[in-house]
Amino acid sequence: MSNPLLQVNDLVKHYPVGRTLSGRPKSVVHAVDGLSFHVDRGETLSLVGESGCGKSTVGRAILRLVDITMGQIVLDGRRIDDISQASLHPVRRRIQVVFQDPFSSLNPRMRVRDILAEPIRNFRLATGQDLERRLGELMDMVQLPRDSLGRLPHEFSGGQRQRIGIARALAAKPDLIICDEAVSALDVSVKAQVVNLLQDLQRDLGLALLFISHDLAIVEHMTQRIAVMYLGKIVEIGERRQIFGDPRHPYTVALMSALPTPDPETRRRRVTLVGDVPSPIDPPPGCRFHGRCPLAGETCRRIEPDLRQIAPGHWAACHLDDISAMTRDATV
Amino acid sequence: MALLEVENLQTHFRTPEGVNRAVEGVSFHVEEGETLAIVGESGCGKSVTSMSLMRLIPPSAGRIAGSIRFDGRDLLGLPEREMRSIRGNDISMIFQEPLTSLNPVLTIGYQIGETLRLHQGLSAAEARAKAIEMLTLVGISEPARRIACYPHELSGGMRQRVMIAIALACNPRLLIADEPTTALDVTIQAQILDLMRDLKQRVGAAIVLITHDLGVVAEMAERVMVMYAGRKVEEAPVAQLFKTPRHPYTRGLLGAIPRLGSSLTGRQERLAEIPGQVPSLKNRITGCVFAGRCSQADEICRTIAPGLETKAPGHFAACHQALREEAPS
Ligand SMILES: Nc1ncnc2c1ncn2[C@@H]1O[C@H](COP(=O)(O)OP(=O)(O)OP(=O)(O)O)[C@@H](O)[C@H]1O
Ligand SMILES: Nc1ncnc2c1ncn2[C@@H]1O[C@H](COP(=O)(O)OP(=O)(O)OP(=O)(O)O)[C@@H](O)[C@H]1O
Ligand code: SF4
Ligand SMILES: [Mg+2]
Ligand SMILES: [Mg+2]
Repeated sequence: MSNPLLQVNDLVKHYPVGRTLSGRPKSVVHAVDGLSFHVDRGETLSLVGESGCGKSTVGRAILRLVDITMGQIVLDGRRIDDISQASLHPVRRRIQVVFQDPFSSLNPRMRVRDILAEPIRNFRLATGQDLERRLGELMDMVQLPRDSLGRLPHEFSGGQRQRIGIARALAAKPDLIICDEAVSALDVSVKAQVVNLLQDLQRDLGLALLFISHDLAIVEHMTQRIAVMYLGKIVEIGERRQIFGDPRHPYTVALMSALPTPDPETRRRRVTLVGDVPSPIDPPPGCRFHGRCPLAGETCRRIEPDLRQIAPGHWAACHLDDISAMTRDATV
Repeated sequence: MALLEVENLQTHFRTPEGVNRAVEGVSFHVEEGETLAIVGESGCGKSVTSMSLMRLIPPSAGRIAGSIRFDGRDLLGLPEREMRSIRGNDISMIFQEPLTSLNPVLTIGYQIGETLRLHQGLSAAEARAKAIEMLTLVGISEPARRIACYPHELSGGMRQRVMIAIALACNPRLLIADEPTTALDVTIQAQILDLMRDLKQRVGAAIVLITHDLGVVAEMAERVMVMYAGRKVEEAPVAQLFKTPRHPYTRGLLGAIPRLGSSLTGRQERLAEIPGQVPSLKNRITGCVFAGRCSQADEICRTIAPGLETKAPGHFAACHQALREEAPS
C-alpha cells in the first residue's frame, strides 16, 4: 500500500506564556496534545472543534510556521518536521495555505499582481508571457476581474481579499492546501462558487485539502472524513456519514445541535454546554470534556479515554458505549 | 423617531482607475431595542456602510455624503472630537477583521481596560476586574492569566471574542457587528448571540448585524436589509423575507444556502451559486444593477433602474418584475 500524502504522528505543540523574572516561561499552553491523522492524495479531511482547541496550530505545525514540541510530520513518506530550511523549499510549494484573516496575511503594500506572481517566480513555475497568462487564469479561477490585478489589498472587500488568498495558494500548484477558515468570510453564493471551484480543482488536479472550518454545512458538503477536536486532542474521527449520522462523542453531538437553522420559524433544540470552558494551560484530569459533559460519570473525572474504534475508520474517545441519552435530547 | 436614521448614504472612493461607488444612496433606520440584519454579496458595501456610520472612512480615501442621524444628532456634521466620544461609548463596533483592529503590541487586558477607563472612568483595578469579567462572558478560559496575552498569542476566534468583549464593555446604545461570529464555532457562537440579546434587553440597545450566515439572521434579526452592488434592493421583516423574498437576488441568495443532511443521501452535489458577477461599481449603471445576472431580466430592466416599492406592509423591493408578480404563497 502506498503512503498517504500527509501523515501526522503524535503531534504536540506547547506554547510558553508569560515570563518569570529569570526569563523562564511561567506556564505553557497545551495547544495540541498528542494528535495523529493522515490525509490521502486528492482527499478532503475537515478539522472542526471549539474556538481555541488547536486547529490553526495543527495547520501551522504542518507548514512549519511553528516548531513542534514533539511528534512527526511526514509528507509522501518523508519526515519534514526535522529537515533544514534549504530542503524545505520544494516542500513549501507542495503545501499551501489560505488563512482565516485575509487582511493580515496579504502584504498591504503589494499589488495583487505581485502577490500572485511571487510564488510563481519563487518556485520558477512561469515567466514572461506564461506568467502573464497564468495571472489572468488565477483571477478567473477565483472570479475576480482581471483588471483589478493592479489594486492593493485594502481596496477589496473582506470576501474579495479571501479570494486573492486562495488564488495565491493555487499559484504554486500545490498537492495540499490547508484552508484555515478560508471560506468563512464569504457570502453563501460566493462561498458556493469557491467551494465548487476547490472541488473542481481537487478533481482535476488531485488536490488534497485539510479543511479547517466552523461551518458544518460546508464541512458536510465538502469532505470525505472529519476529525473533531476538543482542547488539543482528536475526540472523534470518521467518515462524514459516520460523524453526521452516528456521532459517538458527546462533544460532537453538542456541536451538531448548536447550528442555527436558516428558518426563523423553526428554532432547533440545542444541547447547551454548561460549565466553564476548560483551560489549555491546565488541562483537566480524566476526560477533557468531563466538566461540560451531561453524561460524565466518576470514571470520566479520573481516567482519560483513548480513541476506540467504533466501526472501520470511525474512532471516538469516550468511555461510554452508548450516548443515545444525549442524541435523544438533542435532535428534534 | 428611530435611534438611527440613515438617508441617502453615499460613500465613494477615489481610486486610480476612477471613482468606486461602494455605497450608492442607501436609506434605512433602526429602532431602539431592534436588530436590523444587513446581508448581501461579498463586496456589496456592507462594511463600507458600517464604517461610514462610525465615520471611519479616512477623507483621503473616500467621501461620505447623505445624512446619518443618531438619537436626533447629525453625525456627519459633528466635530471629530465629539464623534470620538460617541465611538466606543454610545455606538460601538465589532470589526470584520479582528487582527487589524487590535493593537499587536498591547496586551488584551490593557486594551479592554483602556476602553473602560476612557469611557466609564474606572480605576485601573476596577478596569482589570471588569476586563476579566468580560473575558469570562465571551467564554475565554482562565481570563486572569489570559489578560496578559498579546493578540498573536490567541486563536482567531479568541481574538474575535476579545473584540466583542471590548465592544460590549460600555453597554453601547447601538452595536454595529460586522460578521461578529464568522471565526467562531457554533457553541461559542450561540453564547455570543445570547450576550447580544442580553445587551438588547438590559439597555435596550439597537443592533446592526452584518452577516453571511442566514441561520444567524433567522435567529437574531427583526428586520433584514438586502444590499446588492452598493444599493438596498430589498427590506422586510425577517419571517417575511425568508418566506416570500421578492427580489430575484434575494431568492438566489436563499437558494444558495447549503443545508445539513447531504451525508445521509450519500451524494455530493454541487452547491447552488448565482451565476455571473457583480457589475463594476466604477461605471455608472443604467437599469437594474442585477439585470446582468437575473433570469427574469427584460428590456425595461436593462434600461430603467427600479426604485424601492412597497410590496406588503414593511416589505420593500427594487425590482420591475416583482411589481407584476403575485405573491408566491
Ligand atoms: N479603502 C478603499 N478604497 C477603495 N475601494 C474600497 C475601499 N474599501 C472598500 N472598497 C470597495 O468598496 C466595495 C464594498 O466593500 P465592502 O468592504 O463594504 O464590502 P462588504 O459588503 O463588506 O463585503 P464582504 O462581505 O466581502 O465583507 C468593494 O468593491 C471594495 O473594493
Ligand atoms: N503564539 C502563541 N503563543 C501562545 N499561545 C498561543 C499562540 N498561538 C496560539 N496559542 C494558543 O494555543 C491555543 C490554540 O490556538 P489555535 O489558534 O490553534 O486555535 P484554533 O482551534 O485555531 O481556534 P479558532 O477556531 O479560534 O481559530 C489557544 O489557547 C491559543 O491561545
Ligand atoms: S468520557 Fe465521559 S466525560 Fe468524556 S465525553 Fe464520554 S461521557 Fe462525557
Ligand atoms: Mg484558528
Ligand atoms: Mg465586509
